[in-house]
Amino acid sequence: MANVGEILEGKEICICAGSGGVGKTTTSAAIATGMAMRGLKVCVLTIDPAKRLADSLGLEELGNEARRVDPALFEKQGIEMEGELWAMMLDAKATFDELIARQAPDEESRDRVLNNRIYQQISSALAGSQEYMAMEKLFELHSEGSYDLLVLDTPPTRNALDFLDAPKRLTQFIEGKSLRVFMKPTGFAARVAGRGANVALSVLKRIVGFDLIADLAEFFNAFSGMVEGFQARAKRVNKLLADRRTCFLVVCGPQGEPIDEAVYFHRKLVEAKLPFGGVIVNKVHYPAEQLRGADPEDLPVALATKLDDEDLAARVVENFSDYQALAERDAHNIAHLAAELRTSGVIRVPYMDEDVHDLTGLVEINRYLFASSEERVEMAAGRA
Amino acid sequence: MIVTGKGGVGKTTVAVALGMRAAAEGKRTIVCEVAAQENTSRMFDHAQVGFHEVEMEENLWSISIDPDESMREYVLLQLKVRAMRDLLFRSRIFNYLAAATPGLKELVTIGKIWELAQLDRKVKSGRKYDLVIVDAPATGHGVGFLQTPRTFASIARVGPIHSQAQTLDRFITDHENTGTAIVALPEEMPVNETAALEKDLRDEVGVAVDRVYLNGLYPERFSTEEAERLAVLAEGEEGSTRAAARAAISEHSRARSQRAQLARLRRRVEAPVRSLPFLFEPELGREGARTLSKRLG
Repeated sequence: MANVGEILEGKEICICAGSGGVGKTTTSAAIATGMAMRGLKVCVLTIDPAKRLADSLGLEELGNEARRVDPALFEKQGIEMEGELWAMMLDAKATFDELIARQAPDEESRDRVLNNRIYQQISSALAGSQEYMAMEKLFELHSEGSYDLLVLDTPPTRNALDFLDAPKRLTQFIEGKSLRVFMKPTGFAARVAGRGANVALSVLKRIVGFDLIADLAEFFNAFSGMVEGFQARAKRVNKLLADRRTCFLVVCGPQGEPIDEAVYFHRKLVEAKLPFGGVIVNKVHYPAEQLRGADPEDLPVALATKLDDEDLAARVVENFSDYQALAERDAHNIAHLAAELRTSGVIRVPYMDEDVHDLTGLVEINRYLFASSEERVEMAAGRA
Repeated sequence: MIVTGKGGVGKTTVAVALGMRAAAEGKRTIVCEVAAQENTSRMFDHAQVGFHEVEMEENLWSISIDPDESMREYVLLQLKVRAMRDLLFRSRIFNYLAAATPGLKELVTIGKIWELAQLDRKVKSGRKYDLVIVDAPATGHGVGFLQTPRTFASIARVGPIHSQAQTLDRFITDHENTGTAIVALPEEMPVNETAALEKDLRDEVGVAVDRVYLNGLYPERFSTEEAERLAVLAEGEEGSTRAAARAAISEHSRARSQRAQLARLRRRVEAPVRSLPFLFEPELGREGARTLSKRLG
């Protein structure tokens, strides 16, 4: 079955999606590294402000501008970097400001939006704006065409669905039909100004406080000249996401909950007609008996004899059986995942002895992502 | 008690374990979810609880706080005239505004947590709780979530929302009655992130950080000397003997690197750190949480 290299053949955009805590950032970095090793000019984008990516790539810090990872760092690992690896951390607020500047018909409208307190809230704090801006930046970089492949590490949403819905929710907020209610001369803004004492509105004022509504009205007015530009752009972004040059990879862990989320997320991708590429399960406990012939019943005796230490042998057996239980759970969950997704192409990355947080770890993970499935089993056998 | 930390660290398990311990001490306790995941009810093999206070065990309740329901409840409490409420809920502008106002969902969610914590409950025949435990959204969103009241107080400078938001901010930053616990994992990045999160919670949100729980710590089953003996054994063996020896060596290596992370965590955070054992169970359910509840310290 396919490895990441084959899945991404001819792709220009790779979006790694999944719930939080499953190693998405590390996986994204490893994929980008692997593709760059194979001769492509790759840029990996993260939105996680936790400096994970910068740390793991040996960069001091990342900003809204892409930075190239020093090829010498890979040489030290004995790796020849045929292509180029770039990385950036997305600053959602800065990206949003740039977008406004591009869409605004004139400087005055631009400043009205940028200075509006509602806008400042939306652009920095509103859940969903990060996701929206990630898509926006992806679109911008893709249009510029300076990279062969863009790898996006999506924000850690608790619910994988948020990631697909949030951009839509945000665009609806900025542009949608409901907005026109506010825009009509006889509509919301006019009422706020004092004409027409609508009961609902007066109740709203009581609850919300007048100046919030005034700020909202001001925000919508300031945005009025940009609505169509936003709509057109959002359409192009959506088209790009659904394009066959784009590939969604679902990343998850082997426990029941992340597996369920991966199944759910895959279904949402299919429903939204977005191109699903494959699924990567991290931190998998490979079962030992699948690797070598096993004779577990004689194990305690054999170990005690060979070690000449019954106490140690008992602890080794207990540990082995705990480990096997986790391996069985993982195998069971992954079989369920493969059946639900109707694919045999589940890429399993083993649970490493060492915590993966630097280039050495990335290279190690990389070997599994880009190996054939037979090679993966062999490599895991070498470890187990 | 607000339980926070990055995704996948076991916040729900720790929140439920804290709830079990308090309940065992005779405190009437409720565990609140805010992301509609129903993780708590699933741990108890219970039907979904939704926006209802449902008893899971003696003294232990659970609720899933839905922002829309919270908003509705808030408005109902504010407006006594039924016709006015109906008009409001039917109003397109209201629904749009409620959905569109940044942070309003978070605000009403925190408002509901506040309401649950009141001894004089606003909700009719509401139960009095001794302890309210919040299974908070993952880091990143978590800090923003707790900051919502203050942000809101500054957006709506006057009016009822302004004073409500101020009340909620005082509630969150009240070190006497409100505190947070951060859940971490014994790995390099999570330890770094926990230190950063503690700083943000203290300095930016102004909430008290009472404790850091390091979750999933492997037992130290083997000494280094034993691991070396097993390495020698694994070299000359095949089959399950070799696999078992290798598994033991892996365990030893993980347990050691985790101890190093525990030491780093202790150096880098101000709050006391308590470690929780890794449980070798396929899925952590109710009994797993109960085991942990006895180790919370």
